[in-house]
Amino acid sequence: MNNFSYLQATQPKEATGAVRDNQQAAFIAGGTTLLDLMKLNVETHDQLVDINMLAFKGIEQTADGLRIGALERMSDVGENPLVMQQYPVISQSLLLAASPQLRNMASIGGNLLQRTRCGYFRDTAFPCNKRQPGSGCPAQEGENRGLAILGGSKDCIATFPGDLAVALVALDAVLLLENAKGKQRRVPLVDFHLLPGSTPQRETVLEPGELIVSVTVPAAAHTRKSMYLKVRERSSYAYALASAAVGLDVQGGQIRSARVALGGVGTKPWRSREAEKVLTGAPATEATFRAAAAAALREAQPREHNRFKVELAQNTLVRALTELTA
Amino acid sequence: MTDNFPPDSADRPDGPVPSDGRRSFIKQATGFLGLALAPPLISQAERLTAISKKVEGVTEMRLKVNGTVRTISAEPRVTLLDALREKLDLTGSKKGCDHGQCGACTVLVDGRRINSCLTLAVMNQGKEITTVEGLAKGEELHPLQASFIEHDGFQCGYCTPGQLMSGVACLKEGHAKTDGDVREWMSGNLCRCGAYPNIVAAIRQVEKSGFKS
Repeated sequence: MNNFSYLQATQPKEATGAVRDNQQAAFIAGGTTLLDLMKLNVETHDQLVDINMLAFKGIEQTADGLRIGALERMSDVGENPLVMQQYPVISQSLLLAASPQLRNMASIGGNLLQRTRCGYFRDTAFPCNKRQPGSGCPAQEGENRGLAILGGSKDCIATFPGDLAVALVALDAVLLLENAKGKQRRVPLVDFHLLPGSTPQRETVLEPGELIVSVTVPAAAHTRKSMYLKVRERSSYAYALASAAVGLDVQGGQIRSARVALGGVGTKPWRSREAEKVLTGAPATEATFRAAAAAALREAQPREHNRFKVELAQNTLVRALTELTA
Repeated sequence: MTDNFPPDSADRPDGPVPSDGRRSFIKQATGFLGLALAPPLISQAERLTAISKKVEGVTEMRLKVNGTVRTISAEPRVTLLDALREKLDLTGSKKGCDHGQCGACTVLVDGRRINSCLTLAVMNQGKEITTVEGLAKGEELHPLQASFIEHDGFQCGYCTPGQLMSGVACLKEGHAKTDGDVREWMSGNLCRCGAYPNIVAAIRQVEKSGFKS
């Protein structure tokens, strides 16, 4: 790990200002992604700004729904009774992610900014357009078994690795951001992560120095009846090969509203309006679920080693919808 | 393992000892940086709480480990794991992968289990750190240590300190009520020898004994 200076910030402006004014600086909260990547020299920073003293805390019911402070830890949100009962898909996505130790460390804001596990990105011996713009993408023709089948480009097919963001994007979550001028803005999570296109190094809409303050999730019938299904190569402590976050409001066998997002298959947390369109107003039957899954994967562009994900993701979505309505 | 895990590089450029010869560069600026940056309308009381701390180069840090406050000199980039092992001679916590994938470095910070390889020593000042060396009371083993011996919860022993610390936390959290629970909630601790069935048995016995940590 390269050497760096450390600044413990006590006010948001101090933290955001330090990172805005120094392109080589980065925020640190839990550190579980950052220090991992700094040890690999994938990220190098000359200053780390510790934001753990900032008051971005709290897990609470508001008039409209749920509010989670960005510095809450994954474990605390995952095991929060309100979240478990009213927003099960959020709790499940958290408790199926990482390990208990990492969940005790990792913050909610940092988790949403988790970086890809693409082996080429993580190994500086290889070219990577995300790490070194313009250097190339060996994943296109290389080891792409774990990589994305939705949202990729000729420059990058790196999978977004997270689980929480998939659950949150399904439930129309909105992020509250704050920049170095102290100005706050709200960004729907679905618009927060960017498709790689020709600029895979740009992963989110965050401005230099801008911080995630909190996440809000509007309450609805489909938030309470929701679940997260994660398919992995071992039963715990692994990234998703495919996952599905689903929320349904079913009355008299008819689906009144539906929320669907997929993980492990997209270059960003993958909200599927196509699947939702099929589900909404249709009977809650396996035929409907199959049609929704087909719609969700219609645009899939698999590579040599990840063709299996097209069927796996569909089956994952069908099983999630089936279990939720059982 | 999924192929999302990278091909590992044998010559990781990390480690606790800097080779750049800059250890003589010592600088610690502790001051009212927040005050200087605070907007003029902020109240006096708020200003006085805004004490920021900047650390650069080799600096004195105070870590409270197993009930004792100890002082070390280290750069901000030194992880808690390296500080424990290299500066405090507490080599019970092991460096397996150094990337948060194996759990051999698990310690408790303020009673919660964490991977000490993925946090900085400088960030853990003022916290209660418990390592495997702090589990026994003198010659009296912690019940989970005794149970590991009884159930043969290890072969080579390398992962054992992490398994013990994670197991103690798992019991305290109430996540050891069934064998399945233990397997799920101990999944962050890998054992290449494959002592898993015996580790589960050891933790379950302590849970059934009603031990409260």
